[in-house]
Amino acid sequence: MNLTELTIDSLRELIVQRKVSASEVVRAHFELIEKRDKEVRAYLQLCPELALEQAAKIDRQIAAGDPVGVLAGIPVAIKDVILTRGMRNTCASKILGNYVAPYNAPAVERLEAAGAVILGKTNCDEFAMGSSTENSGFFPTHNPHDLTRVPGGSSGGSAAAVAADMAVASLGSDTGGSIRQPAAFCGLAGMMGTYGRVSRYGLVAFASSLDHIGPFGRTVRDVARVLQVIAGRDPHDSTSADVPVEDYVAGLDQNVRGIKVGVPGEYFKGLSPETGDNVQKGIDLLAKLGCDIVPISLPHTDYAIACYYIICTAEASSNLARYDGVRYGFRSSEHTDLQEMYKQTRYGGFGAEVKRRIMLGTYVLSSGYYDAYYLKAQKVRTLITRDFLEAFDDVDIIVTPTSPIPAFKLGERMDDPWQMYLADIYTVTASLAGIPGISVPCGKTKAEPHLPVGMQLLARHFDEARLLRVADAFERAGGFELA
Amino acid sequence: MALEEKDVRYVAELAHLELTPDEVKKFLPQLDSILQHMQKLNELDTSQVEPMAQVTYPAAANPSLREDQPKKTFDQDEALANAPDPRAGFFRIPRVIEKEE
Repeated sequence: MNLTELTIDSLRELIVQRKVSASEVVRAHFELIEKRDKEVRAYLQLCPELALEQAAKIDRQIAAGDPVGVLAGIPVAIKDVILTRGMRNTCASKILGNYVAPYNAPAVERLEAAGAVILGKTNCDEFAMGSSTENSGFFPTHNPHDLTRVPGGSSGGSAAAVAADMAVASLGSDTGGSIRQPAAFCGLAGMMGTYGRVSRYGLVAFASSLDHIGPFGRTVRDVARVLQVIAGRDPHDSTSADVPVEDYVAGLDQNVRGIKVGVPGEYFKGLSPETGDNVQKGIDLLAKLGCDIVPISLPHTDYAIACYYIICTAEASSNLARYDGVRYGFRSSEHTDLQEMYKQTRYGGFGAEVKRRIMLGTYVLSSGYYDAYYLKAQKVRTLITRDFLEAFDDVDIIVTPTSPIPAFKLGERMDDPWQMYLADIYTVTASLAGIPGISVPCGKTKAEPHLPVGMQLLARHFDEARLLRVADAFERAGGFELA
Repeated sequence: MALEEKDVRYVAELAHLELTPDEVKKFLPQLDSILQHMQKLNELDTSQVEPMAQVTYPAAANPSLREDQPKKTFDQDEALANAPDPRAGFFRIPRVIEKEE
């Protein structure tokens, strides 16, 4: 029995039945990390002592017959933009290279309260800005399916860790596709709930009207388990929604007959033929399961990338103004006065993509350009959201490709920022509208090296239960291994 | 090209970013090209459309307001633990006001 390849429920069952100990499970994961992470490079930091301490606590509770949580003894990884008390939180940026988190994000707090064991913090694009994890200030992460390719981004480390069996599940953050796209590239399920479903307290802010925390897992059920634990109102985050959390896991294992699934024509132009083939097979499978497939139109889709990159850079330029070398993080010694200290600190601390986005955001908010760019984008955001709300009058679920292409080669898109931005073309729309989305595998490309392809399912605000039910039915019908 | 080097330097100044002359040269065509792609939004007539600053959804009541009650947060040591140059309970920065001689 391989302890690193099990699902959450089966692993927890073994631990609770005392067939294995949580400590053995954690050690098995660190042994695999020791071997595999030299090549994959998913982790920025590991915490074996803390992890073994938490595992020993779970083992003691079970030995004493005490009740344990739904994630008892489950090893998880946390993206390095989500604060985990006592550990460094770098956001993969040199400017926060020595920053130690003074508190736990509630998402982390809730995982630990449910018995999860944190193994370490994972690599990502600096401040979650990127689609390949190549913008990490430290090193790139490699895709476990083909080490010459990117794992996607920005949550590439969290995706690669789970795909390489170096964690059972993980947390990422999604602003414009940063969970769903790496899930697609690494052959995992990855989900972003409705805006406000999961508290962002303790998530280092990139673009506040778009940021989400969400889970990666190897099965839909695992994703449902983790989302169940981390979802819900939190008084520390005024944008967290005061809407009851449904029982996502209880809603699985049901049939999906009669569910109306919309297929927007706009998402099937300009994608790689193999991606299109796999997603079409996925749609055919949903039809076979009894879903009604309905062609729909989301007419403003073509404007989403421009709209998204105006809004997210504007918000980023404001959020990242706090990195000034005064209260925390790196401070450059190359200065004689305060202004120079700010400028030299930000010069030495930020990487190229972060500087590019700060400048774009500053430009679109600057006097004379605010109306033409930022206000215009906010209005287009209304139109994109309206497209979805009108579509959901007629359908329950929308299905699209997650990404126009499978995982690309390291270095392939680094020279042209706009090409990199286009990798997010099918994911930014749901982010702008604030609706929930999940990416699930729908087979692999025919040609070597047989790369995973992802299919995205979207639903109405707070309709996560139905979204997970359809994704789970798809998985149980063999959708992940479509050939 | 609509954007000029002086625009890049001006924006960098607004954003408190130091840029080398090489970086200005590298960023100029990249920013210019991205901004041109962004102008695609001008194809749309939005004169009758309300801007959207935040995701809104039908919820029972506005949950964002809580009672304003004092409570314990970080103490001084915790707040200063990550500071690059803490001194005597303060964040120390270069002198801002000149001394009178």
